[in-house]
Amino acid sequence: MELDVIYILWLRQMKRYVRSRSRVIGAIGQPILFLLALGYGLGSVYKRAGQGNYLEFLVPGIIVQTILFSGVFWGIQILFDKRFGFLKEMLVAPVSRFKILLGNALGGATISFLQGLFVLFISIILGFRAHNWAYMPLSLLIMLALCLMLTSFGAGLASIVEDFQGFQGINNFIIFPVYFLSGALYPLTNAPVFLRILSEINPLTYCVDAMRYTMIQQTHFGLVKDLIVIALSLIVCVVFAVNRFNKIQA
Amino acid sequence: MSESIIKATKVVKTYGNVKAVRGISFDVKAGEIFAFLGPNGAGKSTTISMLTTMLQPTAGKLFLNGYDVEKEQAGARKSFGIVFQDPALEEELTAYENMKIHAVMYHIPLAEQAGRIEDLMKLVDLWGRKDSYVKTYSGGMRRRLEIARGLLHHPTILFLDEPTLGLDTQTRNLLWDYVKKLNKDKQTTIFFTTHYLDEAEEVAQRIAIIDHGKIVATGTSKQLAAQTNTKSLEEAYLSLTGKEVRDETSLSNNGLNVRTASRNQRLR
Repeated sequence: MELDVIYILWLRQMKRYVRSRSRVIGAIGQPILFLLALGYGLGSVYKRAGQGNYLEFLVPGIIVQTILFSGVFWGIQILFDKRFGFLKEMLVAPVSRFKILLGNALGGATISFLQGLFVLFISIILGFRAHNWAYMPLSLLIMLALCLMLTSFGAGLASIVEDFQGFQGINNFIIFPVYFLSGALYPLTNAPVFLRILSEINPLTYCVDAMRYTMIQQTHFGLVKDLIVIALSLIVCVVFAVNRFNKIQA
Repeated sequence: MSESIIKATKVVKTYGNVKAVRGISFDVKAGEIFAFLGPNGAGKSTTISMLTTMLQPTAGKLFLNGYDVEKEQAGARKSFGIVFQDPALEEELTAYENMKIHAVMYHIPLAEQAGRIEDLMKLVDLWGRKDSYVKTYSGGMRRRLEIARGLLHHPTILFLDEPTLGLDTQTRNLLWDYVKKLNKDKQTTIFFTTHYLDEAEEVAQRIAIIDHGKIVATGTSKQLAAQTNTKSLEEAYLSLTGKEVRDETSLSNNGLNVRTASRNQRLR
């Protein structure tokens, strides 16, 4: 299985991350800003509308947001490796491309997961409490699946595009609509019909819904449907990443 | 020197309508130092990319150390080390960590890794800076580190793609002295591309000149001069490839330069 190869490539990603202070601060700062600005800023409005505690509603969505941005933008690492040569060093080694992708993507997924955990930790400090802590292991599993899914998606995307601006552009074109249509920031129940339809065809909506169910026991689609969509999306993203990475010509 | 350790037969590489390499054939003997010369965009790097399994040839056959490069990639990959035209190091890691990644990826037994890394880093005079981040290294130090890394798995062939580009004279001399010593002591076959004719003349035992994707001449420096009725390798080279300055245009989506264009400028 060459676990040592997968491990060394995973370790490389971790070392790069830990040594880049700006990356750590940047990745964590944004979700904290969202939690503070939206959680506290809109909390009273949300409460007056009879919807309850907005911070509780928001936290699962912000965790998904953190993983979404961190996971997909991790793909830029592949672009860096492509543009600055290290990918060549990996591709000429007597190791299958699948293992090269797996080692690197697991590193990216671990980083996203740690960032998601950090946001959860900050949320608890800010006053968030899960309704039933027994569901927390399932929350963490969903976070893991989400990390793998989005890191794979980022890797696949980065395997196709050649320049940073292109990657950024495509990312923004995909990420922001997907995020804003996921129900991370507002409930879908009373949303206009067209918005609900768009949200229902967005896989991220089901991730947010599953996280919300496991953390505060609120759901729009039901956990089983959520988990099926998450599993299918994970498979599609992994197949996409493997397929595109195999076609890279360094 | 006897058997061919590198063999290319009628190799073609096309990108859409553009033929980057047009049916080249050549062979390199075991233990030989072989230079690949050509103007910008002639097909040198594309050929190295195909030999090192990074690109698939459109047609033709390539063999490295007896392995079919297309069908037996793992065997072929274990047979060579490479120093790329552009540095291919992980800058955010230390030199030692870069070497360690290479050791693991080439399946060097754990018990041997530390010793081999130390030996090679001492050989290229970088052991004292083993724990420095590569981003703090100079161009010459990076090249030396890449050579050490390329040799870590004891390859029988070492590819050097324009290894002295951008290096000062002292570092160039040091690098070539080391390469020649390696060839002499370990019988490592050296295949290198360069733009510097003096390097090819001094270091290579045989030279192939490639232009517009075709090999236009092969031989020793003296043989090339004789073939073209000229007095030096430089004159032979210019007589075979012309004096027009070539521009490179990147056409493909993989960043390789595959098209040349003439600016109708003359060398003086």
